[in-house]
Amino acid sequence: MDIMHVFVTPLALMGIMGGIFGALLAVASIVFRVHQDERIGLIRAALPGANCGGCGYPGCDGYASGVVNDGAAVNKCSVGGAPVAEKIASIMGVDAGSTVPMRAFLKCKGTCEASPRKLNYDGVHDCRSAAVIPGGLPNSCPFGCIGLGTCVSVCQFGALSMGDDGLPKVDVSKCVGCGACVENCPKGVFTLVPVTADVIVACNSHWKGPMVKSVCSAGCIGCTLCAKKCPKQTIDMVNDLAVINQENCIKCGLCAKVCPAKVINTGEKVAAIEKSA
Amino acid sequence: MSITELFLLFVSSIFVHNILLSRFLGCCPFMGVSSKLKTAQGMGAAVVFVIVLASLMTWLTYNYLLVPLHLEYLYTLSFILVIAALVQFVELALKKLNPVLYKSLGIFLPLITTNCAVLGVAVLNMNEGYGLAASLVNALGSSLGFLLAISLMAGIRERIEENDGIPDSLQGLPMALITAGLMSIAFMGFTGIIK
Repeated sequence: MDIMHVFVTPLALMGIMGGIFGALLAVASIVFRVHQDERIGLIRAALPGANCGGCGYPGCDGYASGVVNDGAAVNKCSVGGAPVAEKIASIMGVDAGSTVPMRAFLKCKGTCEASPRKLNYDGVHDCRSAAVIPGGLPNSCPFGCIGLGTCVSVCQFGALSMGDDGLPKVDVSKCVGCGACVENCPKGVFTLVPVTADVIVACNSHWKGPMVKSVCSAGCIGCTLCAKKCPKQTIDMVNDLAVINQENCIKCGLCAKVCPAKVINTGEKVAAIEKSA
Repeated sequence: MSITELFLLFVSSIFVHNILLSRFLGCCPFMGVSSKLKTAQGMGAAVVFVIVLASLMTWLTYNYLLVPLHLEYLYTLSFILVIAALVQFVELALKKLNPVLYKSLGIFLPLITTNCAVLGVAVLNMNEGYGLAASLVNALGSSLGFLLAISLMAGIRERIEENDGIPDSLQGLPMALITAGLMSIAFMGFTGIIK
């Protein structure tokens, strides 16, 4: 057996070819170097590197060059929040502007108990597939959460988990507000709310009361009681669904008290106000 | 090869042996970047550019390196090496020398480094025993066939997007796959125009 021809020549050939190409590329990268704005590198270093796309650019690199070249706003990174926005602002020499961190919120209380499923879906375990099956959704309410956990699987930060009641739960301490769940939910039942928001309507249904009642015992029936009771008139009725304007909300929690369907979520701040009163 | 034969090779590599619809090479971008006509054309242009260059380089590698050393069996490895290095080099050079072209080819240039259409054309040239001229003509024809097919596909898909008569479960990729199948059948009609 000709060892020279079987081993040495092929190895030498591939080695030499690889070496030459490597050297060529190394030389080319120096000869053809394009001067990049150094701020891009600085901004990229300041970003968290989650590459979640929450800013609307393809990854952190894309956002960094977007800030420098396309004049993108410096406070788009929801993962890094205000500290990162300030860093980018100081690199760019502009004002950071205010950034209220956002978090994901599920506008649905249609648990398996409150809103029974109308068929036993046995297909691909993904809401996006279940949403397009001919003849409608597995659950009775066409606005509500399907509950197959697509949001959980797209969340890069482990902030979502499926609860025993068939609805995903948001871990507020882990949620960075990148909006991946909002984008991937075929029902649009997730929304981003400011972390300061304390009183939120947890329903997505635009149906009228009797229709809602027929599919779910925990849905907004569009009775307008909350809108009438609100001392600041900050609740609008949008196609039979109450929507709270977070900017003017004083977190008194009155709307949640009068809501007959108990569909308005209240958080810690309301509880604090009630205790002091 | 005579001029007539080269011309016939050119036509047959575009239509009869269309690289996407008859040889089924490079189907990934055919599905992946055919939703908008503009990006499809960008991809197609990048493919024309790279396939022609890569065919030249691989032909030289095969005939002046592998054949004299009797290492023909190393063709896959060395072709991949040559193509990858070439595309990287071209990308670096274009960025500096022709930023406009670089921007228009954009992200597609590095993407097609690993496209099987590029390697496929190089291997086809080798298997058919084409000379340099025939290799280049085959490369140009095949890649223009790619550009043609992906542009047609993108045009059709843009129209499909605007049509709301498609059932929910067929929207998007399923409809694109059916379209691709029908296009492939249509291209079979070209078989026989060249003996």
